[in-house]
Amino acid sequence: MARETSEVITVYEPVIGLEVHVQLKTKSKIFCACSTEFGREPNENTCPVCLGLPGSLPVLNERALELAIRVGLALNCEVSPVIKFDRKNYFYPDLPKAYQISQYDKPVSSKGYLTIEFKQDGKVMKKKIGITRAHLEEDAGKLLHEGIRDGSWVDYNRAGVPLLEIVSEPDLRSPEEAFQYLTSLKAILQYLDVSDCNMEEGSLRCDANVSVRKKGETEFGTKVEIKNMNSFRAVQKAITYEIKRQIGQNESGERIVQETRLWNESKGETSSMRSKEQAHDYRYFPEPDLVPFSVAKEQVEKFRKSLPELPQVRAERFRSQYGLSEYDAYTLVSDKALGDYFEACVKENVSPKLASNWIQTETLALVNSSGSTIQNFKLSPAATAGTIRLIENGTISGKIAKEVYSIMFETKKSAEEIVKEKDLVQVTDTVSLEASVQKVIQANPKVVADFKSGKDSALGFLVGQVMKETKGRANPALVNGILRKKLTGG
Amino acid sequence: MSQKINIEQIAELARLNLKPEERVKLTKDLEAILAYVDQLREVDTKKIEPTSHVLPLQNVFRKDFAVPTRISDAVLSHAPKREGKFFKVPKVIEA
Amino acid sequence: MEPYQFSVKQAKEFSAKNQNGPSELTQSLAKRIQNFDSKVKAYVHFDPTRVLLPKDGKKGPLYGVPISVKDNIVIESWETTCASKILTGFIPPYDATVIRKLREAGAVIFGKCNMDEFAFGSSCETSFFGPTRNPWNLDYVPGGSSGGSAAAVAGDLAIAALGTDTGGSIRQPASFCGVVGLKPTYGRVSRYGLVAFGSSLDQIGPITKTVEDAAILMNVLAGHDSQDSTSADVPVPDYTSFLGKSMKGLKVGIPKEYFVKGLDPEVNQAIQKTIGVFKDLGAGCVEVNLPNTKYAVAVYYIVAVAEASSNLGRFDGVQYGFRHETSSLRDLYFETRDQGFGAEAKRRILLGTFVLSAGYYDAYYLKGLKVRTLIKQDFDRAFERVDVILGPTSPTPPFKVGEKMNDPLAMYLSDIYTISANLAGLPAINIPCGFTEGAGHASPLPIGVQLVAKPFEEGTLFRAASAYEQATQWHEKHPKL
Repeated sequence: MARETSEVITVYEPVIGLEVHVQLKTKSKIFCACSTEFGREPNENTCPVCLGLPGSLPVLNERALELAIRVGLALNCEVSPVIKFDRKNYFYPDLPKAYQISQYDKPVSSKGYLTIEFKQDGKVMKKKIGITRAHLEEDAGKLLHEGIRDGSWVDYNRAGVPLLEIVSEPDLRSPEEAFQYLTSLKAILQYLDVSDCNMEEGSLRCDANVSVRKKGETEFGTKVEIKNMNSFRAVQKAITYEIKRQIGQNESGERIVQETRLWNESKGETSSMRSKEQAHDYRYFPEPDLVPFSVAKEQVEKFRKSLPELPQVRAERFRSQYGLSEYDAYTLVSDKALGDYFEACVKENVSPKLASNWIQTETLALVNSSGSTIQNFKLSPAATAGTIRLIENGTISGKIAKEVYSIMFETKKSAEEIVKEKDLVQVTDTVSLEASVQKVIQANPKVVADFKSGKDSALGFLVGQVMKETKGRANPALVNGILRKKLTGG
Repeated sequence: MSQKINIEQIAELARLNLKPEERVKLTKDLEAILAYVDQLREVDTKKIEPTSHVLPLQNVFRKDFAVPTRISDAVLSHAPKREGKFFKVPKVIEA
Repeated sequence: MEPYQFSVKQAKEFSAKNQNGPSELTQSLAKRIQNFDSKVKAYVHFDPTRVLLPKDGKKGPLYGVPISVKDNIVIESWETTCASKILTGFIPPYDATVIRKLREAGAVIFGKCNMDEFAFGSSCETSFFGPTRNPWNLDYVPGGSSGGSAAAVAGDLAIAALGTDTGGSIRQPASFCGVVGLKPTYGRVSRYGLVAFGSSLDQIGPITKTVEDAAILMNVLAGHDSQDSTSADVPVPDYTSFLGKSMKGLKVGIPKEYFVKGLDPEVNQAIQKTIGVFKDLGAGCVEVNLPNTKYAVAVYYIVAVAEASSNLGRFDGVQYGFRHETSSLRDLYFETRDQGFGAEAKRRILLGTFVLSAGYYDAYYLKGLKVRTLIKQDFDRAFERVDVILGPTSPTPPFKVGEKMNDPLAMYLSDIYTISANLAGLPAINIPCGFTEGAGHASPLPIGVQLVAKPFEEGTLFRAASAYEQATQWHEKHPKL
């Protein structure tokens, strides 16, 4: 067994490409009028076309092409002026026609890129990942095996749902980058509203191609395809495992087999798929039942102009318009709903910086702990803004505000109501503060002496005591000031 | 320079479990036909575009709305093997 | 005259005038089938109890007319087998567009006609249900693959029938049976519901006793279908308006490449006489060049079989049809398909798989598509000078059952004159133009002439065909069963 010291690993670099299949949010399937609605009875959403019955013929859903073009534009791709479909021939029970209508040499779009941003040491790093192509194809049906002893069951509801296959260049160099790629891609797809992007539900699937080579080499190593990952984290873990495995093989002189391996989440490892004695020969040829599609330049420009503000542009705007840091802007835009929440909040006339901090900490904490999402979070942006406003105008301290916010979440009351009810208004009246300060000074002679003898941090303790004395309602900055004045005799 | 056929390989791709006698005859037939079509080599097609579609049709679409067809009962009732609302096949084994 | 002898036109008039017209028609045909179809075997499936007469309200252009349908066109809840074991038990849950159109026109969907398995053949001998016989002489083939449809019409076992044509499968059997057969322009008639063979070549068309009948049927069948992406959105003229027009001024091209070794002398003689009649009727006949004709069969046996091999992949016993029961998924595919397909089907599937496979695509399939372009260009050039192209439909008269079954290539060459029209997507019609002498045969056998026109010029075909038909008496001859 090869040594897997970190020393060995840094001699190698991983080369990773990702293939993402996205189900497009159309009302009907790609080549027929069956509904794409999830959760219907098995084989309910079917017709002669998606069942592949003899005599049936496909007709392209206009909206599927439109969505595909939009994604291509958002990924900075060239949209092909002539688009055509091809048959990819293979046999499998979930593939009714024994061919998948896909695209081979004239995909909807190609030669684009996606800029991934990720946080490293508190800074935002950027890297361009090439997009080889994004093409349309039809989804296959679903096979059920679990718990069935004497066979497998087939449900064709999913057959014919439009898929966009997005293939990246092998530009990713770490599992973390792969994770970021998926996050960034998902954000873009969310902003475009083209898909639910839900890996658990299967509306977004990812296969990874992983190889390793010694740093400095220009040739690619043998690549292995990894399938069966059900979340972005699983993708990251699977790639991490696979890199280690391949390095281990290399180190012990074993050849890496070009194959497909399945990720096993519970075991935390990839394993080789049995069967597959031969590589697939898909015998691609132009689909005779579909005519070519031409997309006029003017139409492409129209689509480009109608693209919504995408995450990167939004982040730039957050920085310039709201004065946010690169880091904060990046975090807020990475989920469209979060960015929307933030902007709605700021529209209520509160400080963007305060709103940004508050939402990233308090709001998200409550969202996570209550198991909801920002979309269905109980507290509206206006309610959140209400809390922030009270901090801004000094009515309460940040600490008190946290309590108020939780109570708002539990009850239906507004921030103002709660503050009034529980008498949480911040004390800024210097006269009463001086009284509390005096009390604390008298009760803590040793600490006072420490401070006077140069231990500056002792002041913090005294401030804390004043906060305790005032049940957290004192304005800490004022308390600090008053204490210093009294103790330094100014 | 006639084309030789690896009949096992093609039969595998086409999912046909050919019996031994069939294999011999089919290899012969296929090689004869390929020898015949080989005359296409003599045609100069360097500057010629392939014709996949004879009609100059483009951009045939349908609008995105769903219409239920409700044929699943009819289709399942004639399925060679079914399990309730599913089609049934021999066990599909994956690793 | 018995009702079974009627043409479509006569059947229409009969139904319009008689309350019981439709049922008398179907009963007359049913009786004739009972008496004679055991010999001819034109039908794969005829059940008199399933024949639905049209409701009184629907007095469309085909009211009460029984139409027989080749068994590769789906009819809801009627078994559709394509004459293959692998589709026995396939009950389609939907109607083909042409069937819907026929029903809307008031026609009676009568029965399913025999054919070569999956339309692979030129003799109707590869049917899983056994061959159809030529009504003119039961020892001879009716042609294929629409052999059942053509034999039924010729033998008055049908008033009219639908056939399908990928490389000549309407025209060649029409020629062998002495009836009219039209392959429309590609895209003229919807393919929705036609079990696909060569998707870029297939068309459904009428096989009828007279040219007028074909025009009447085409008025109903033709037209754009939003369910078929390859369906042309071109207006449908009234094809009957082209009938009875003079041939004066019509420019007819005679391809010199068609009159070479391999053309039977009796066929040649009949064609030369036909050209004479055309000239007498005022047509101007000139020689044209279609230099790439000799490559047509080769191109077809690459392009059509490639498409076919892919189209037939879906037959695996999972959803419908024949299934080899097994607990092995591998055997489900391999055994179902090996047991379910006949020899010719396997030949074409293997050939098609090969020409598309890795390493061979460019040399075969892509090459085939390029030569196809050249064949199409030949016609484009010729049609700059002429309105129709005339030639024999088949290089030989009908041959004996079993005569060509052992030599697939010889069988393929039967289509040498018809294939180009499919490759170029052009409309083409066969009309009877003579008979063989009968010396050495038990009886004279039909010879047909083929006319090809520009895309969507079926009207021109009807004009020429009807003028010729009315000037001759071939259509009045019927075989004795």
